[in-house]
Amino acid sequence: MQLARVIGDVVMSHKDENLAGIKLLLVQPLTPEREPAGRPLVAVDSVGAGVGEEVFFVRGKEASFPFYPAEPPVDAGIVGIVDRWDLG
Amino acid sequence: MQIAKVIGTVVSTQKNRKFEGAKLMLVQPLNIDDTPRGNALLAVDGVGAGVDEKVLVVLEGRAAGEALGRKGAPVDAAIIGIIDTITID
Repeated sequence: MQLARVIGDVVMSHKDENLAGIKLLLVQPLTPEREPAGRPLVAVDSVGAGVGEEVFFVRGKEASFPFYPAEPPVDAGIVGIVDRWDLG
Repeated sequence: MQIAKVIGTVVSTQKNRKFEGAKLMLVQPLNIDDTPRGNALLAVDGVGAGVDEKVLVVLEGRAAGEALGRKGAPVDAAIIGIIDTITID
């Protein structure tokens, strides 16, 4: 998983039927120092995240698991909203 | 698997229910000479690792779910061991 900040949302009217009702958000991966880490990407949301929030997201087929038994064709999904992180 | 160092802990209240009770750690992948390699990432902890420890991380969904002991968990990385020593011939 990776830390990220939600920086936008994506709306699609014409899409795979398994994406019906699923929210798509634009996320910017972050380093632990809150610097951008690589390019923004689109992730599905299953935890009610919103723009400006810090989240963590999972990559790969596992991004579809929160929608079981539906199997949306996705490769990144927000699975938690981060309260804080502490560096040792 | 990837050698990494635990550099922090993550607190999240609102999360997928499969994460409930699981420890979320920030880990920094390492090169063989202990220099950082790439970006830090989050891994679920299946072994009770602590900050500053050198660990072995699996970076694949199915294996990470098994390490967590929960089927269908939306995870892609898990700590599967704390490294005592690495010997290079």
